[in-house]
Amino acid sequence: MSTKRETDFLEDVDRSREKLLNRVFYGTLVVASLFGLVMLILLIADVVWEAYQAFVTFDIDLGNFLTATSSSRAERAGFGASILASLWLMALTAVLAFFIAVGCAIYLVEYAPENRVTRLIEANLANLAGVPSIVYGLLVLALIVNDAGLGSVILAGAIALALLIVPIIIVASIESIRAVPSSVRDGSYAMGATKWQTIRQVVLPQAMPGILTGTILALARAIGETAPLIMVGTMLHATRYPSGPLSSFSAMPTQIYNWTYQADRMFNGLAALGIVALLVFLVGMYALAGYLRKRYETDGGSISNV
Amino acid sequence: MSTETQSGSGISGDDSLEAAHEKNRRVRRVLFGCAAVTVVTTAAIFLVLFDNAASYFFGARISEVLFGGDSIVRTVTFTEFGTGTRWAPDHATPAHGVLPIVWGTLAITIGAGLVSIPIGTATALYLSEYASSGTRNRLKPILEILAGIPTIVYGYFAVSFLTPVLVDGIATFLVNPAGRGLDSVSHIAPGLLEPLASGMMDASVGRYSMLAGILVVGTMTIPMVSSISEDAMQAVPDDLRNGAYALGATKYQVSTRIVLPAAVSGIFASYILALSRAIGETMAVTMAAGFNANLTANPFDEIMTMTAYLVSMARGTSAVGTVEYQSLFAVGLLLFLMTLSMNLLNDRLKRRFQEEYR
Repeated sequence: MSTKRETDFLEDVDRSREKLLNRVFYGTLVVASLFGLVMLILLIADVVWEAYQAFVTFDIDLGNFLTATSSSRAERAGFGASILASLWLMALTAVLAFFIAVGCAIYLVEYAPENRVTRLIEANLANLAGVPSIVYGLLVLALIVNDAGLGSVILAGAIALALLIVPIIIVASIESIRAVPSSVRDGSYAMGATKWQTIRQVVLPQAMPGILTGTILALARAIGETAPLIMVGTMLHATRYPSGPLSSFSAMPTQIYNWTYQADRMFNGLAALGIVALLVFLVGMYALAGYLRKRYETDGGSISNV
Repeated sequence: MSTETQSGSGISGDDSLEAAHEKNRRVRRVLFGCAAVTVVTTAAIFLVLFDNAASYFFGARISEVLFGGDSIVRTVTFTEFGTGTRWAPDHATPAHGVLPIVWGTLAITIGAGLVSIPIGTATALYLSEYASSGTRNRLKPILEILAGIPTIVYGYFAVSFLTPVLVDGIATFLVNPAGRGLDSVSHIAPGLLEPLASGMMDASVGRYSMLAGILVVGTMTIPMVSSISEDAMQAVPDDLRNGAYALGATKYQVSTRIVLPAAVSGIFASYILALSRAIGETMAVTMAAGFNANLTANPFDEIMTMTAYLVSMARGTSAVGTVEYQSLFAVGLLLFLMTLSMNLLNDRLKRRFQEEYR
């Protein structure tokens, strides 16, 4: 803050310029801070408006939209098959990513010695988190879809998404496991428990809410990912329900991508509705993560996820 | 840990103690295996991209040459790949100059940086130095939503709003001489605007433009700059600020001369993270900036980024063995190397920052 108490020997110093600069600077910062906010509002308003327009103009049957498969005729096209495919993807991704990620986090916090291998693993994690998602799609396309001959199926998509979110879950899990106080571990050891017994019965239960929160947030990232699925070679148009992990599919984002590019205006409206559905899923997952975080904070547990 | 000398719960006698130790060792090996998966992933990315990219340049994958005895046929030379100015591997008269799509990626990255870096830094300064804690606690999570919105939604936003309303509006304003657009601006910077405007006169803004791509990618990377920069600014010790205030500095002076320099490596790390994200950004940029590999500086032209090329050529299983399929991996490898070098730089900066204030 500028001082009001200018003493005599400072009288010849003109502070008005500084004060003006200060105010102009403040104004600039406020305007810049609002830019992101304005864009967010515009984006959400645009999607909601387009969805509402489509709803009114084309008289869309919400029940049909939520359950039907997509179709070449816009009046019959629905989002149901894509939603189902996304649920399959999420379940498989969660299973594939969760255990590896938590295992890696436990190793790094509880077991890893201070050596070069550990440093390599840690440095590599930071790098993996920065690899563009489309590159994971390329990896799975070459290795799993074509070389291993699995084809462009849900499992292949889930592998790409799992590779993408493993580093995210690891980072969240490490934080959560580190937050368990060492006194709790020592207490367990004093009772004669082995290291693994301590980890499984004392550390993990305490760290689990944080790990689950991180996993849900990572899955929220995965469910909106489009590029890796396109690279894996999914159908863009979900014309039938996926029957299992080995069936071809189009998930929510890829179906939205397809609808956005159709010439028929009604398809563009369906894309907006699809985005609203996708955002509802995301909000639900964020709410669940927030609930978990809040719940274990207020339970008076000794861990705090700072 | 050497605390495992007593028998644990459910363990009685030496045999089961030995069994518990054995189990511990097994668990440790399994967990190490989990950790190793992450390293294997990186190695696999590198090897698979390299292996497949080889077929683009040499007509055969490295693995095929090693194990199957395929002969090397020079298909695309590195010179053509690195210096050619036309990119159309799938065209009837193919061309393999990667420069146009590298330029597309760089143009979007630089442009997005020009949006997200100043705005993100200003937001971080506001949040860290000016905002009350109540405002900060509300504004920061809201801005972070920007990073959590799926990129396909940004793509839709570009197609349905940014391009037809904003970008088109800006172009009309610049071109239309009636509405004091170009005339009044052109004598400020005639050399800059005239070629731009004459280029736009005949071709109005189409479905795609570099500017729309810059705007969406710039917007979605703001929270990376603002969040991480703000963390770095918060880590600057208050003693430094108080010292400056005691000398009569204004908030502006403290912000620009104390906080910014003190947090500089953390702030730069956030810039690099945002730029790295912009390089790898795919859906929003594809849907906003388009599929036409132009070497152009006109922000109203359609361009193609490396990621947009990958999306446009994705065919799953059907294209194996074609030059389009092979080119995916050459471009993917280049993309991976670009983001890898950014990530390594980011890591070094972050480490330096941690050393400064810990």
